[in-house]
Amino acid sequence: MKQGYLVLETGEIFEGKLIGELNNMVGEVVFNTSMTGYQEIITDPSYAGQILTFCYPLIGNYGLNDLDDESFQTAVSGVITGDICEEHSHFQATKGFQERLEQVGVPGLTGVDTRALVKVIRKHHTVKGMITTNPEVASLQDGDDVSQNFWVDTVSVKKPVTYENEGPHIVLMDYGYKKSILHALLQENCKVTVVPYHFSYEQVKELQPEGVLLSNGPGDPMKLQPWFSEIKKITESFPTLGICLGHQLIALAHGATTKKLAFGHRGGNHPVKELLTGKVQMTSQNHGYVVVEDSINYNEFQVLFLNVNDKTVEGIKHNSLPIQSVQFHPEAHPGPSDTEFIFQQFLHQVTTSGGRTYAKA
Amino acid sequence: MPKHNNLNKILVIGSGPIVIGQAAEFDYAGTQACLALKEEGIEVVLVNNNPATIMTDQSVADKVYIEPLNVETIEKIISREKPDGMIGTLGGQTGLNLTVELYEKGILDKYDVKLLGTSVESIQKGEDREKFRNLMIEIGEPIPESAIIEDFQSGVEFVKEIGYPVIIRPAYTLGGAGGGFANNDEEFEAVLKQGLTLSPIHQVLVEKSIKGWKEVEYEVMRDENDTCTIVCNMENMDPVGVHTGDSIVVAPSQTLSDVQYQILRNSSLKVIRALNVVGGCNIQFALDTTSNQYYIIEVNPRVSRSSALASKATGYPIARIATKCAIGYHLDEILNPITGNTYASFEPAIDYIVVKLPRFPFDKFSEGDRSLGTQMKATGEVMAMDRSFEGALNKALRSMEMNAHSLYLKSMPGKTKEELVELLKKPTDLRLFAIAEAFKRGFTIEEVISQTEIDRWFLIKVKNIVDCEQKLASHSWEEAPVDLLKTAKRMNIGDRRLSEIFNVPEKEIRLKWKSLNVKRGYKLVDTCAAEFDAVTPYFYSTYQGADEVESSHGKKKILVVGSGPIRIGQGIEFDYCSVHAALAVKKLGFEAIVMNNNPETVSTDYSIADRLYFEPLAVEDIMAVVEKEQVQGVLLQFGGQTAINLANALEDEGVTILGTSMKVIDQLEDRHEFYSLLNELDIPHIAGTTINEPEELVPAAEKLGYPVLIRPSFVIGGQSMFICYNNKEVEKYLTRIMEDGNDRCWPLLVDQYLPGMECEIDVISDGENIVVPGIFEHLEKAGVHSGDSVALFPPVNISDSIKKTLIEYGEKIANHLPIIGMMNIQFVVHNEVVYVLEVNPRSSRTVPIMSKVTGVPMIEWATHVQLGKSLKELSGGSVGLFPEPAYYSVKAPIFSASKLKGVDHVLGPEMKSTGETLGLGVTLEEAFSKALQLSGKVSAKESAAGEEPTIFCSIANRAKEESLDSIKAFAKEGYKVIATEGTAAFLAKHNISSETLAKEKVLLHEFWKNKQPDLVLNIPNEGRDGEKIGFYIRELAVRYQVPYYTSFDTLKPWINLFSSENEEEKPRTLGEYRQLTKLNEVGACQ
Ligand SMILES: Nc1ncnc2c1ncn2[C@@H]1O[C@H](COP(=O)(O)OP(=O)(O)O)[C@@H](O)[C@H]1O
Ligand SMILES: Nc1ncnc2c1ncn2[C@@H]1O[C@H](COP(=O)(O)OP(=O)(O)O)[C@@H](O)[C@H]1O
Ligand SMILES: [Mg+2]
Ligand SMILES: [Mg+2]
Repeated sequence: MKQGYLVLETGEIFEGKLIGELNNMVGEVVFNTSMTGYQEIITDPSYAGQILTFCYPLIGNYGLNDLDDESFQTAVSGVITGDICEEHSHFQATKGFQERLEQVGVPGLTGVDTRALVKVIRKHHTVKGMITTNPEVASLQDGDDVSQNFWVDTVSVKKPVTYENEGPHIVLMDYGYKKSILHALLQENCKVTVVPYHFSYEQVKELQPEGVLLSNGPGDPMKLQPWFSEIKKITESFPTLGICLGHQLIALAHGATTKKLAFGHRGGNHPVKELLTGKVQMTSQNHGYVVVEDSINYNEFQVLFLNVNDKTVEGIKHNSLPIQSVQFHPEAHPGPSDTEFIFQQFLHQVTTSGGRTYAKA
Repeated sequence: MPKHNNLNKILVIGSGPIVIGQAAEFDYAGTQACLALKEEGIEVVLVNNNPATIMTDQSVADKVYIEPLNVETIEKIISREKPDGMIGTLGGQTGLNLTVELYEKGILDKYDVKLLGTSVESIQKGEDREKFRNLMIEIGEPIPESAIIEDFQSGVEFVKEIGYPVIIRPAYTLGGAGGGFANNDEEFEAVLKQGLTLSPIHQVLVEKSIKGWKEVEYEVMRDENDTCTIVCNMENMDPVGVHTGDSIVVAPSQTLSDVQYQILRNSSLKVIRALNVVGGCNIQFALDTTSNQYYIIEVNPRVSRSSALASKATGYPIARIATKCAIGYHLDEILNPITGNTYASFEPAIDYIVVKLPRFPFDKFSEGDRSLGTQMKATGEVMAMDRSFEGALNKALRSMEMNAHSLYLKSMPGKTKEELVELLKKPTDLRLFAIAEAFKRGFTIEEVISQTEIDRWFLIKVKNIVDCEQKLASHSWEEAPVDLLKTAKRMNIGDRRLSEIFNVPEKEIRLKWKSLNVKRGYKLVDTCAAEFDAVTPYFYSTYQGADEVESSHGKKKILVVGSGPIRIGQGIEFDYCSVHAALAVKKLGFEAIVMNNNPETVSTDYSIADRLYFEPLAVEDIMAVVEKEQVQGVLLQFGGQTAINLANALEDEGVTILGTSMKVIDQLEDRHEFYSLLNELDIPHIAGTTINEPEELVPAAEKLGYPVLIRPSFVIGGQSMFICYNNKEVEKYLTRIMEDGNDRCWPLLVDQYLPGMECEIDVISDGENIVVPGIFEHLEKAGVHSGDSVALFPPVNISDSIKKTLIEYGEKIANHLPIIGMMNIQFVVHNEVVYVLEVNPRSSRTVPIMSKVTGVPMIEWATHVQLGKSLKELSGGSVGLFPEPAYYSVKAPIFSASKLKGVDHVLGPEMKSTGETLGLGVTLEEAFSKALQLSGKVSAKESAAGEEPTIFCSIANRAKEESLDSIKAFAKEGYKVIATEGTAAFLAKHNISSETLAKEKVLLHEFWKNKQPDLVLNIPNEGRDGEKIGFYIRELAVRYQVPYYTSFDTLKPWINLFSSENEEEKPRTLGEYRQLTKLNEVGACQ
């Protein structure tokens, strides 16, 4: 295996063995603490533009299978691991981790002390880097910085796709949705139409949905500012659920603000407290931005969930309208499904409001 | 919700003596619990009769009752103490069962004691097979079909329903004897019939076999508010069929996809909620290898061995948190002590891999049945952490302290292909080594999978190590390629293993690492994969990453070397010593650094030392820490033989060894030097010689005169030590140890065997003065290992002049050598002559007991003298033998006989017990009765309504005369005597009538099946021979749970009870007993 390097804008350089294909991309270097679910993670569109570090050192043990991809692409711009399992072992496995990276042309660096890297990331909060064969900070200049790209536009569907079913009709606003969100809805017998992120209120209305779900997705939610007013109208007109980026967009559309976290929440062990019951649930998370708590308009919204560790906002609910949104991933995959009840709550809203739309004429 | 109000006093029940399946992990759990309660300002009342534990220290609980763990005693304690609540889920199965009993007998209600944490209903739902089964069906969780079968026919019908394969588990048999798997009708017939006969209650459990499935465990927490979290999941390398306690275990799971991980996680949450557990819970799963189908194997609604492992593996202190939950806290109200800024309501993420290896007693019990199955056999375990499986496995292997310190076991290359395949097929403690050997011989992964059913992932990793070692072997040390050497170290292949491969000294190897700058890095165990800052100094090393650990400055540092895995002969008592040494070091303002590799213990609780290195105790690993921390010195006297055995190598590397010097240690360990030392000090020792060549042995024995006692030069717990009465036995012994092939055996030591009175002292010495808190008198004559003999303090049969002599000898030895710190001296007193048997230049098994019953902080003093203090300033002037207390302490050994099939538990010079109990009393009878739980046994005779009680006798010729008095005593007391032919004939001669039984297994068994005697007196002429009838009698006694005695001495207290009108036993706190001590002293002064 070829020597390779992860070069950070802050000057640190990590040596390792190259796998996959170099893509010359400079992305934000982030870390995920999950001990399982690497397949779901690298196929989660929210990682677009990011170089992902696995805290857990042994990646690829059970290979990759044909069932657990979270999207049709491998959005992540690069992968850093401690060790790649050369010979995986699992009855479902159809490929190896390394094989996959090669096929999709994503670079990986293995044999890295990922723990040391994580500490560097935490020191600098946000840090950009590139996987390369040239161990010099200078090499970042010839890389192309994709960390600020408008990735939603890349990963979102180009035109509507409908999944027929007997149940209520849900429009899934696609900012880079995870397959498991779609599955969760289909599981509940919903008919689902996945629409491009830029769909207007009118376009959505034409589909006559009984509910709308704003998906997760990559990058800074403010990049979608041009669509905030449409999003606001949509949420005011249909029972709405927002997940991750979708949650941030709902908050922003209703006048709140977002900010970047020091180094994000990425993993399957994030405790969130449900304020009504005081119960704590384990959630799967992947986000770099959060809704600023005191920017929320409390006449309209209330906070439903808080993160137990850093007390950041994990979910909000409209006081009068059937709008709810969560920062975490109730669809799990990877991670715990303790909060899948969020989907049932959403569909309960959808059915009780009998699909009525209550656009203010 | 904050903690429950009006909880001011809480009763905690410990787990009692160490037995296989219930070991030090409950001292760790209990100690954490007590401390967690105390810091809430709650008064803690503790009951535990295991004196070797930390939890029974007065510093841990407010009131310590070292009293029998039975309902009667605990009720008395409850009525005295009136606790507001109690926690029963921290004392293992013992604590759990007692809790249920107390509840069912209405005692908790009667005294209005609130049961905290998991309720009895929930405990029963988890423990009672039937209730559990129904609950699982109710909530739709899969469990293997099973039925309790009591006759052959219904067994056949049941198996028709569920189909093959099935597992048959007989109730109450030796080491699961008579159980097994059946794949077809004739196998089933054979096993079922055998199982039904062997089971004393003719009952077996027939269950659908899921052998070969993946075995996975989840450690779950739950609070009152129904918040649930998984602390950790663990995967067994050995598939279902080998008890998790005997399996190689990794954390986290390695071969489960996230989908599978979550399926089992969801099931765990469903189960813990259905059981309504508050606190910790362990759930075992079987997962199919070719689908996502799973079964629940069992649930333990309490802290367990696995929860201790999970705590050490992740840093998440389960017992502590479970205790907080039990008193009403919610998980999100409890700070995660590791990070100090996050909460207990989360799931640890780890960024390393953990490997646990079980430690088996077969190095001592070479005749034992090594096969592993559904019944646990390991006495202890080691844990290792690294960033790769290869690394962690190699670290774990060199922590084991067996004949092997890597994947290479000497006896393997000698195996034929057939033997090797057998070893792969049938799980034993040797399987891992057999796998390595198989790969070395070119077996393919597929072949090994088909024989072992072990998952490919693990086998590939093992093969990686073997391949690497093969490559290494193809080079000479000088021109071995640097990259290859680095790879070897990344896999954490030990320096000792490398020195074996290249045959160069370890020192030279370490020099090369320095020149190549091959260094290990230390990493933090932080529960969160570095996502948050951690404050806890809990470290492991790896060759796969940078060193992130800042070694502290300022304070001088002292390293305490722990005692490694628990094994017979080296148990929890040495963890007690290590912990107290660390605390003593801190007390003098030094920084205490502890190294150990045993996940069950208190010493590896990160809150004990200033800095904890969870590392193997091999020279390379200790040197690395010594160098990193720049320690001032190393304390080796508290880690049992493990630490002492390291002394040479460490001194050789230039490490400062505190206390008694290396030279002196050698003088004591080497028989030859030892005897010349005793001669020099004219202290009598037993005549003996050293044998270097096998053929010298018989002549030497004849010269000394039979009986003789033979032992290897380096022994723990009397390893392969035998008393031989004639040439035949000597020859037999020779062949046996040759087979074991442990070269640390040679040279052999042969002594005359003197059946005198044995006693021992623990001595603290600063080279000028000594302190001896007390003398332990052994109930049994010399010839029964000190660890297996009943010992009493203060002594009753030792005259003052003899006492003087003992102390005088102790002084001579201590001052002459000198001993700085501790030593343990064992004496045999024969015909008024005091012989010194051996001197152990270290703390000993009896130290925790002596410290507790006298209140002398022995370890603290022993540590402080090694750090330069003088004994006089520590003891306030008093030296020599301390005044005796006004109460009695009796230590009694506890054996795990029912777990170890094929092992003869006859008393002898070789230690066999796994644990001990302590009985305290104002009279000797009370102390004896508590320690040996005689009241129960004697009253058993009354209980046998109308029927006269029976004693079963089978006595070797050489002991027949001696046996008369004892047997007479029982006959006089109205016991019916049953005896084997020879014995019966002999008794008849002395007109004691007895029912005669032929020495035939079938007849004997028939007899026992119909009616078991109340006790067995069996003096064997040889022992340890599976074919002998005597052995069979002892096996029957174990199987039918009848108390049996292989020494007259041990029986004496029982006989004495006949005469003494035994007034009622009273429980008292350790403090109360000590009060008696003071009174006595006052009395003495007046
Ligand atoms: N139905 C079964 N088929 C095959 N092996 C089994 C079965 N049930 C249990 N075992 C094995 O026996 C071991 C001990 O069983 P368990 O119920 O956990 O008893 P214990 O209470 O001693 O832990 C398990 O770890 C598992 O490996
Ligand atoms: N020469 C002897 N005569 C009688 N008994 C002996 C003799 N040597 C050893 N023993 C018995 O064997 C036991 C174990 O011997 P010891 O030297 O203490 O080995 P260990 O190092 O295992 O403690 C002693 O406790 C004592 O009962
Ligand atoms: Mg079990
Ligand atoms: Mg001894």
